[in-house]
Amino acid sequence: MSEPLLEVEDVHTWIGQHHILQGVSLRTRPGAVTVLLGRNGAGKTTTLRTIVGLLHAARGAVRFEGRPIHRLPAYEVVRLGIGYVPEGQGIFATLSVDENLRVAMRREDAASRERLTAMRALFPDLARFAGRPAGTLSGGQKQMLAIARAFVNDNRLLLIDEPSKGLAPIVVEQLVVALRTVKRQTTVLLVEQNFAMAAALGDDFYLIDGGRTVHQGPMETLVRDQALKKRYLGV
Amino acid sequence: MRRLAPLAIAAVCLFGPLAFIEARTWLTLTIAGLAMGMLVFLVAAGLTLIFGLMDVLNFAHGAVFSWGAYVGFSVVALVNRRWGWVDSPSLSQNALAVLLAIAAAMVVALGLGIALERVIVRPVYGRHMFQILITLGATIVLEELIRIGWGPNDQVMPVPLALQGSWDLADVIVLRVPVLAIGMGLLVYAGIQLVLARTRVGLIVRAGVENREMVQVMGHDIHRYFTGVFAAGSALAALGGLMWAVFRQSVSPAMGGEQLIFAFVVVIIGGLGSVTGSLLGALLVGLSYNYVAFLVPKAAIGVTMALMVVVLLARPAGLLGAGK
Repeated sequence: MSEPLLEVEDVHTWIGQHHILQGVSLRTRPGAVTVLLGRNGAGKTTTLRTIVGLLHAARGAVRFEGRPIHRLPAYEVVRLGIGYVPEGQGIFATLSVDENLRVAMRREDAASRERLTAMRALFPDLARFAGRPAGTLSGGQKQMLAIARAFVNDNRLLLIDEPSKGLAPIVVEQLVVALRTVKRQTTVLLVEQNFAMAAALGDDFYLIDGGRTVHQGPMETLVRDQALKKRYLGV
Repeated sequence: MRRLAPLAIAAVCLFGPLAFIEARTWLTLTIAGLAMGMLVFLVAAGLTLIFGLMDVLNFAHGAVFSWGAYVGFSVVALVNRRWGWVDSPSLSQNALAVLLAIAAAMVVALGLGIALERVIVRPVYGRHMFQILITLGATIVLEELIRIGWGPNDQVMPVPLALQGSWDLADVIVLRVPVLAIGMGLLVYAGIQLVLARTRVGLIVRAGVENREMVQVMGHDIHRYFTGVFAAGSALAALGGLMWAVFRQSVSPAMGGEQLIFAFVVVIIGGLGSVTGSLLGALLVGLSYNYVAFLVPKAAIGVTMALMVVVLLARPAGLLGAGK
């Protein structure tokens, strides 16, 4: 395996009194889409929040390009080149679509504006509704906006938490097309409950159960392994 | 319809009293009410952003208000003793005395705000009970420091000659200080709106009021912005304190406490985190307080609370609150 872009090593995370992550380890290959799978409450979202620095690991290490990042505050972690699209998108509803994109820019420089233009070309609705309050967008448009926000910066890793949640099947299909375009430009760590979408996009998978990584491998092996899917995902 | 509701309430509160009060008296009361509202707004504007952005309940805001009044009072008294600028008939010397006092009060409050945020507020993020206790503690310390430095008694605020007295417009007596207060309130409101709407800092602050965590994962150090908002809010409270001292022509160590209650009511009426809501709420409170104080003097304080209850029953998030 080539040098991982992101490496999570035996991470333990507590939320208040609860020991949520009890030993999560994973590595993302540069340029690949790594999918994090598991039941509700398995610890997928907590894993992403620990990586991005919104929660701090009590034990273990998170390394990005070989550099330990688990003690950094969130705003420093993302400045290293990590984009985070949370569950529920985290759109600023009272800000306009354009303002949402501008807040997301770590610097409002020429390169960022160029990437913004590219995102508008990829998601024409964002250009069409630029001046509208983002809260008035449809669920699918909000998800496009959330992804575009992660791409106005020069990110090398993108963490996406359940992008298909609450979206109509037709919108999920559009989302898969958009994410396929996006995956050519960056490494992705994706949390996804929709197995069809996970299978369509994923290169590698990790299975989390009870706060631990229990299985890993190339996506094709999971697609074929009915027993494993049934046991951990109920698919 | 929902957008028009606050305007409708405002219109009823503004013109309703005309049914009971003679027109000229109504105009005098209205100007006094608007002035009081604007002064409360200066205090509430900082409070609403501090609460909206970081969910911090800052009871020390009232003490900063008092400090602003006292620092301004000292500056005005000093320039008058030295050069007689306050009692001088020269408008420019009067204005210079006021501007110096404003600058000194705001600079001291900026420093005070930064120190309070760094030392006292930062360790208690996310814990409301601790915030209330520690900022009330800070209030006691700051008030006692005023008593040590300036003495425990009320003192007379020297008011520049140009601001004393009134204009007589077609038999309506218009006091000068309230007009100044109204002008200053509008100026501050316009300034805040300009910064929030047009600058990158304002954009990030507005985003932070809505979702603080998301702003952080976009690479912005929210604490730095918050220190700035806290300091700016403190400076506005100090400006409010100084203007209040000129308005009432006196300073007292506990003056901030009374205003803080009004300011919190205004923040709640206006909606947490909304500057425009605070302005509307402050004007409502100022106007209704003055009308009722004229009609039924004993009910004046009660009407403020009644206003809050009515607004909250109709709109639980306040007039313009995001309802988070």
